[in-house]
Amino acid sequence: MAAPMLRGCCPGRRWALACIDHSSRHGRGAPTGSRCSGKRGQSSVAPQHLATAGKPRKGEHEWAAVVGLEVHAQISSNSKLFSGSQVHFVAPPNSLVSFFDASLPGTLPVLNRRCVEAAVMTGLALNCRINKKSLFDRKHYFYADLPAGYQITQQRLPIAVNGSLAYSIRVGAKRSQVINKTVRIKQIQLEQDSGKSLHDDLRSQTLIDLNRAGVGLLEVVLEPDMSCGEEAATAVRELQLILQALGTSQANMAEGQLRVDANISVHRPGEPLGVRTEVKNLNSARFLARAIDYEIQRQIRELENGGEILNETRSFDFKLGCTVPMRDKEGKQDYRFIPEPNLPPLLLYDSESLPAGADPQQVVNIDQIREQLPELPSVTREKLVQQYGMLPEQSLTLLNEVGLLEFFQNVIKETRAEPKKVTSWVLNTFLGFLKQQNLAVSESPVTSSALAELLDLLDRKAISSAAAKQVFRELWANEGKTPAQIISEKKLELMQDQEALEQLCQATLEEHPQVVMDVKKGNPRAINKLIGLVRKATLSRAEPAVIKEMLEKKLSS
Amino acid sequence: MLGWTLREVSAALKQGQITPTELCQKCLALIKKTKFLNAYITVSEEVALRQAEESEERYKKGHSLGELDGIPVAVKDNFSTSGIETTCASNMLKGYIPPYNATVVQKLLDQGALLMGKTNLDEFAMGSGSTDGIFGPVKNPWSYSKQYREKRKQKPHGETEDSNWLITGGSSGGSAAAVSAFTCFAALGSDTGGSTRNPAAHCGVVGLKPSYGLVSRHGLIPLVNSMDVPGILTRCVDDAAVVLGVLAGHDCRDSTTVQDPVKPLTLPNLTDVSKLCIGIPKEYHVPELSSEVQSLWSKAAKLFESEGAKVIEVSLPHTRYSIVCYHVLCTSEVASNMARFDGLEYGHRCDINVSTEAMYAATRREGFNDVVRGRILSGNFFLLKENYENYFVRAQKVRRLIANDFVNVFNSGVDVLLTPTTLSEAVPYVEFIKEDNRTRSAQDDIFTQAVNMAGLPAVSVPMALSNQGLPIGLQFIGRAFCDQQLLTIAKWFEKQVQFPVIQLQETMDDCSSVFENEKLTSVSLKQ
Repeated sequence: MAAPMLRGCCPGRRWALACIDHSSRHGRGAPTGSRCSGKRGQSSVAPQHLATAGKPRKGEHEWAAVVGLEVHAQISSNSKLFSGSQVHFVAPPNSLVSFFDASLPGTLPVLNRRCVEAAVMTGLALNCRINKKSLFDRKHYFYADLPAGYQITQQRLPIAVNGSLAYSIRVGAKRSQVINKTVRIKQIQLEQDSGKSLHDDLRSQTLIDLNRAGVGLLEVVLEPDMSCGEEAATAVRELQLILQALGTSQANMAEGQLRVDANISVHRPGEPLGVRTEVKNLNSARFLARAIDYEIQRQIRELENGGEILNETRSFDFKLGCTVPMRDKEGKQDYRFIPEPNLPPLLLYDSESLPAGADPQQVVNIDQIREQLPELPSVTREKLVQQYGMLPEQSLTLLNEVGLLEFFQNVIKETRAEPKKVTSWVLNTFLGFLKQQNLAVSESPVTSSALAELLDLLDRKAISSAAAKQVFRELWANEGKTPAQIISEKKLELMQDQEALEQLCQATLEEHPQVVMDVKKGNPRAINKLIGLVRKATLSRAEPAVIKEMLEKKLSS
Repeated sequence: MLGWTLREVSAALKQGQITPTELCQKCLALIKKTKFLNAYITVSEEVALRQAEESEERYKKGHSLGELDGIPVAVKDNFSTSGIETTCASNMLKGYIPPYNATVVQKLLDQGALLMGKTNLDEFAMGSGSTDGIFGPVKNPWSYSKQYREKRKQKPHGETEDSNWLITGGSSGGSAAAVSAFTCFAALGSDTGGSTRNPAAHCGVVGLKPSYGLVSRHGLIPLVNSMDVPGILTRCVDDAAVVLGVLAGHDCRDSTTVQDPVKPLTLPNLTDVSKLCIGIPKEYHVPELSSEVQSLWSKAAKLFESEGAKVIEVSLPHTRYSIVCYHVLCTSEVASNMARFDGLEYGHRCDINVSTEAMYAATRREGFNDVVRGRILSGNFFLLKENYENYFVRAQKVRRLIANDFVNVFNSGVDVLLTPTTLSEAVPYVEFIKEDNRTRSAQDDIFTQAVNMAGLPAVSVPMALSNQGLPIGLQFIGRAFCDQQLLTIAKWFEKQVQFPVIQLQETMDDCSSVFENEKLTSVSLKQ
C-alpha cells in the first residue's frame, strides 16, 4: 500500500515507501525494533490518503525507510529547570550559573513550576495523556559541559505520553496537493540542558560555558512514523509552530532552542525493521531533511553492496552534505540510570483530584492549563480557509513563514481589497520578492500598510494590475515612498479618457495589419498581441479587459 | 563550666555569669589543648571570636537571639560552610572553600551560635571508625579519661598507653569527640547508616538522627541522598531537642523536607511510663553482640518494665537483609553522587592534560581513597543496564520490606523500639584496623542502618560504662516524625540511668607527657 505515497512527497527517491506498518516501531533502546500488537489505530491516518497518489514504478518496492525523531525544545522560562539562574540566549559566558548549575557539592534541585506547566501545556496541545505522577532520573555520562556527571531527566515515567502530531505535506507537480499525516508522540519528558563546550584547537583547550547548563528542555519523542527527510522536516516545523503558539518554547533552531536527533533505518517491506543509526544535533530544518535523505541512501547503498549498518551515532557535515560517525560516541554507552533521590515524584492534579485547601502556588492543575491553551496552528489555518476562502496549501505557507501571518492580517485590516486578492499578493508577489532576496518578513522594505494602500488603489481601479506590480517593485526599491507618490511620479494612474484609449486602439490596429489579419483568420492568440501593444502604448495605464473589449468591437465592425 | 550542658551554659550566658567571648576563648583553648584528638580539621577561630563579639553585643543590649546565642558549636566537615574550607576529609576537596552555608549551618548561625570549626570524619563519611580520612584518625577522648585509665592500670600487660587509644566510631567521630571533650556544646554530624549514633555511643554523648525530611540536607555533601540526615550530637537529650527545634522545618532548597509547619520542641518531664509500649526486636540479638551490651540492654528493658511500661518482643524479619541491601543502594548512589568530582569546576585537579578523559581519570584516582573508589566501582556495576534489575531494583524492594517491618511493628501499638547502638564499646585503633573498611562498616552499622532505610528518627543515649570504663549507648527508634515523643522517652531514660561525666581534666593536664610525640602548637592559652 505504501509505495506510491512516498513518491508524492519525495519525488524520484528510490526507497519510495513510508509508514508501512504502524504496529512496528523501533523505540529507544530497541535498535531492530519489535512488533507490538496493541492499539495503534490512531496512526492509520496517512496511508489511505495516499493510495491514489500514483503508481509504483519498477524497483520501488525494494526499500522502505523509517524515521523517528527526538526533538529537544528549550523551555521558554525566566529561570532554569532546577535553579533560580536566569535564562538568556545572549549573555557573557558563565554569567548565568547558580551553585547548583555548577554542581557545587551539597546543592539540590528545586523544580521550576513554570517548566512543569510548559510541559503539561505542550502535552495537551500534542494530544498526550498527562501523567499525574511522573518521576525524575539521573542519566550518567562524563562530559566537560555536564558538571554533575549526570543529567536529570525523566526516563522511567515521563510527564506526558501517547500523543500525536498532525502535519500536512504538499505533493504533486506544483506541490498544490495537501496530504495530511500524523506522527505518534511517544512521550514528552522534562530534562536539563547541558552547558556548551568551545574547543580551542589552537591551544588544545576546551572552554566551558555553563549559562545553558540546567535550562529546562522538553524532549519530545516522535515515533518512527516518518519515511523521508521532508516528512521529518515538515513534522518538526509543525511542532515548532505549536510550541511558538503555546509560548512554551521560542523554538528557534538557529539559536539552538530546538534541536533534533533523527533515528533512521531502512528495510525491505514486510521484513523486520533494519538496524538504525542516530544522526545527532541537526539544527536547521533544511539540514534535517538533507541529513535524513542522505542517511537513507547511504544505508541502502551499504546494504546493497553487502555491507551492514552499525547501530551508531552520526553527525551531519553540512559542508560535505553527508553523515559521519561521531568519534566521541564510539563504544557502548551505558547511562547507568538511577532515580533522582532529591526530587519527590512530580504530582499533577485536575479539578477533580485537586486536594481541598491546596495552595494554588504549590499545585499544578491540568484542567486549568487546558483552559489556557491558545489557538493552535491547525485551527488558525482552518479559520483562514473558512474566513478568507484560502486554499489549504495557502494557509500552510502563510503560517510556515515567520511573521507572514501577522503581515497578512495587518494588510487585511487596512485594506478594502478582497481577501483572495490579498492572499494572492502576499503569497505570490510579496513572498516571492522576499524569497528572491532571501529576506525575512521582518526585513521587508514594504510595510503591510504600504501594501494595503496599494491594494486599495487597485481595488478602486485607480491603477491597472500591471501598474500595481510596477508600483510594488518601486516600493521595494524605494523604501519610504507611498504608493500614491509613486503612482503620481510615474504617472501610472489608469487612463480615464475613453476617447484617447480608443484612439490608441485604432492607431495600433492600423499600424499592425498583419496581426489584424491573423485575428481575422481565427488565430486566438493574435488578439493578445494587439492587447499587449495597446497596453504598451498606454504605459500600462489601461486594463487589458477594457482594451480587449474595445479592440474586439473595432475588429468586428 | 565547659562540662555543662548547652541549656545550662545558655542560662549562664543569659545571667551574665560568663560572656560569649569568654566562653568562646575557653573552648578555643581546649580545642588547642586536645588537638591530639584530631577532632577538628579546621578551627575557625577568627570567625568564632567575631561571632562571639556580636553575640556579646546582643546580650549587652538584651537582644539575645535565643538559647543558642553565644553557644560554641562544631560542624562536621561535610557540611558546606561559606568562606570556610570544607574537605570531607578528602584530597578531592582539600582547599575547597564553598561560597554558601548549608541550611542547617545557616540556621545555627542565625540563632547566634559560634562556629568553632569543622570536625573530622571518614573520607566522604564512608566509614564507621573516623579512621579513614586524609587528616588521620580521630581519637576517642575516653581513651584519656580517668575512668578508662584506672581500669587499664589494673590490667597486667604493659603496652604503652598511647598505642591503645580508642577509635571514636564514625563517621561523625570528630563531632562526637568534640562534644565529648567539652570543646563545644553541640555538634552537627550526618547519619546515613548510623554515622551519628555510632560515634555518639562510643564517645558517651547523645546522638540524634532525626526523621528523614524533617531537617534540610541542603549543603550536606551527600553520601546517600535517600538516607542522609543531618545528625545532632549533644551532652544530653534536652540539648538535642533544643538544636533539633532550631534545625527542623521545611527548606525551599530541599524538596524532600516536609511542608508541614514544625512546632517548637520542648520535652516534657515524663513521670509515668506505664502507658508506653517498648518493643525489643528479637532479630537484634546477634551472636556478635558483646555480653556487656547485651546485659545492659536487658537491664534497660527491665527498667522500663519495672516502671510499668509494657515491654514486648517484636520481629523485624527483614532486618537481616539490611546490610547487603544497603551496600547496593549506598554504592549506587555514591557512584552517582561522586560523578561531579571531575576536577573541572572545583576541588582537586591533576596535572595531566593529555585529554579530558585522562584528566578525569587521574584526578579521581588521586582525589579519592580506596574506600571511595571501591564504592564508586561497585555502584557503577550495580547500575549497569544488565545488572540494574537484579541489584538496584531488588535492593529497593528489600528496602521497602525493611521499612514495612517497622510500620507493622509501630502499627501493632509499639511506641518506641529499644536496641543496642553498637555491638560493643569502642575498640582500640590497632584492633579496629585489622579489618577493612567494608567489613567494619557492615558490622558496625548492624543496629543503626535499617532505621535510615525507613527514614525513622532514632537516638543513641549513653547508658553506662563497661567494665573497661568505656561508654555504652542504647538506641531508641521512634515512629516517623514522632521525634518529640522519641526524645521525651529518651530523656526519661537518660534521667534514670545517670550516665557518668567523662573525667578528662586530670589526664588532660599531664597529657603533654603522654603525647610528647604529638606536636601541640599550644598546650595552654591565657584565659
